[in-house]
Amino acid sequence: MSGLDVLKQALPMVGAEASVLDDTRTAHVVAQGHRILSQRTVPGLRLDMEETADAIAGRLVVEAGAQIEQPIHLCFGLAHPTGVQRIRIDVAVLEGARARVLSHCLFPFAKAAEHRMQAVVQVGAGASLTYTEGHYHGAHGGMQVVPHATIRIGKGARYFSDFSLLSGSVGNLDIDYVVEVEEEGIAELGAKIFAHRSDRILLKEAVMLRGDRSRSLIKTRVVLEDQAQAEITGITEAYAKGARGHVDCMEIVQGQARACAIPIVKVFHPEAKVTHEAAIGSVDRKELETLMARGLSPEQAIELIVSGILR
Amino acid sequence: MRTAGAAGRDGNDVPHLDHGAVSRETTGGNVGLPHHITTDIGQILSAPRLPLSCREPIRCSTMEAHSGVTMPSPLLDVHDLTFEVDRHAILDRLELAVRAGEIHALLGANGSGKTTLACVLMGCEGYAPSAGRVLFDGTEILPLKMHERARLGLTLAWQEPARFEGITVREFLALGKPDCAPEPALRQVGLDPDRYLNRRVDKALSGGERHRIELASVLSMKPRLAILDEPAAGIDMLSINHIIDIIRALKAGGGSVLLITHQEEVALIADRASQLCAGRIVFSGSPRAVVDHFCGRACVRCDGEVCNYVRA
Repeated sequence: MSGLDVLKQALPMVGAEASVLDDTRTAHVVAQGHRILSQRTVPGLRLDMEETADAIAGRLVVEAGAQIEQPIHLCFGLAHPTGVQRIRIDVAVLEGARARVLSHCLFPFAKAAEHRMQAVVQVGAGASLTYTEGHYHGAHGGMQVVPHATIRIGKGARYFSDFSLLSGSVGNLDIDYVVEVEEEGIAELGAKIFAHRSDRILLKEAVMLRGDRSRSLIKTRVVLEDQAQAEITGITEAYAKGARGHVDCMEIVQGQARACAIPIVKVFHPEAKVTHEAAIGSVDRKELETLMARGLSPEQAIELIVSGILR
Repeated sequence: MRTAGAAGRDGNDVPHLDHGAVSRETTGGNVGLPHHITTDIGQILSAPRLPLSCREPIRCSTMEAHSGVTMPSPLLDVHDLTFEVDRHAILDRLELAVRAGEIHALLGANGSGKTTLACVLMGCEGYAPSAGRVLFDGTEILPLKMHERARLGLTLAWQEPARFEGITVREFLALGKPDCAPEPALRQVGLDPDRYLNRRVDKALSGGERHRIELASVLSMKPRLAILDEPAAGIDMLSINHIIDIIRALKAGGGSVLLITHQEEVALIADRASQLCAGRIVFSGSPRAVVDHFCGRACVRCDGEVCNYVRA
């Protein structure tokens, strides 16, 4: 089976259909390891990805004012149990443009593999970017995943990101995102992760509210079981008048899992405000009992609560 | 103001009503006896009352007891139920019976043990009683887990309902009866299915909306006995009738309701009522009689150890 076929077959694990890669109205890049297997662009989008000796590198530019109707699919992964994939990508959504990116990171057979991404994202004034990133790392727990990104949100721009890793093993995950938000810009960062066995998660998201009336939300939902461990750091710093930020972290811990949530909020302007809430623990007793009072077994109730949190 | 002293737990102090002969007749036959209690005692209770201690349970005679008519076994039959926290009895040898098809209101001051009783009956964690029996349609349910009790047809709607991230109203209403359409239950609680079915049962709902959805989920479940803990709490005055309709709908559907409430207009829809004080049922009868007893000329103070009726 070809690498392309392997990745196509794994797409449903992150909620996508392989047929989308055949749709001529939909832009995509498919890369296995450091090989680009397929690439398509659409009007308003410049997609310049290339193979280098040690990475896939390039730019994704949504031209000013362009409204890309169909999501842009970035499909990265490894078709083998071992290997390394490095991605270096600059994403620019220019002034007034709008686009959605669905990033699929697929490592269905990983036993000792590594995926590193270094991204620089710029969302121009009045532009909008929704970046949804779904990961599947297979069942063996042998992945090392290190996505780092710097994101700049221009004046009046909107950026929504949603990272999810909900089936299979996590392996070792080390996310580090830094977001700068200018005047009246909006940044929402979401992450949902279900970790098992000996999975390890380091998740650090930092938002700097630089502009007046800029706003942000960091929302993290992590469920840990077995011996999994997570350290979640949500940082929001507000520097300007009317800036508003909120950090919301919930970690459900089961079995011998361990969790740590570190919300850091800083305010450097008297008319700015940042709030945070963090909850770590087992499944909420009252939620559990409400469902059991309707006849669900404890196991069914926990499953429903967890699936709701990670939805 | 005059207060009555507490009767001893050993029963050496005989509870007294100053309308003596009536009280002897109505209580004497039932003190210490299990569960068959009360029908309408409104006429008896319309007589002037003076203070009494309520450490001994007050039983009101039943017409059937005097007439010799045999009543069917209660759906819920609670005997000698005791629940303690740090050796302090929150429920103190409590006796209660709820008949099939009836709405039974439970009144009592804050801290009298109403919500605790609901949690013990439902089998919530940390609410295992130290003594007593609870029969549900003849089955001893205290050894059963919460979901096993629910599968027998018992459920509880909490005073402060839980909120769930990600779970939609549609899913929540399908918990008890997955094959049951959720729309009728939502309409019955006064919520438009088109607007609410796909909303999430989370903190974006107001307290009143969440309360109604809790009741809708009970309706959907079609329980044999629903314990409703303050179902009208947080409901606006214009919507109280919806709540009353829901309670009646549960009964009309063949179910029974143990209705914990502080609201007179809600309590008065019950078929029977009981007053809980310091963990014991101290008074049972018609809702009107119990409401009058609770809210009328006597006021009640419970300090945890002693419950005194105080002449108003």
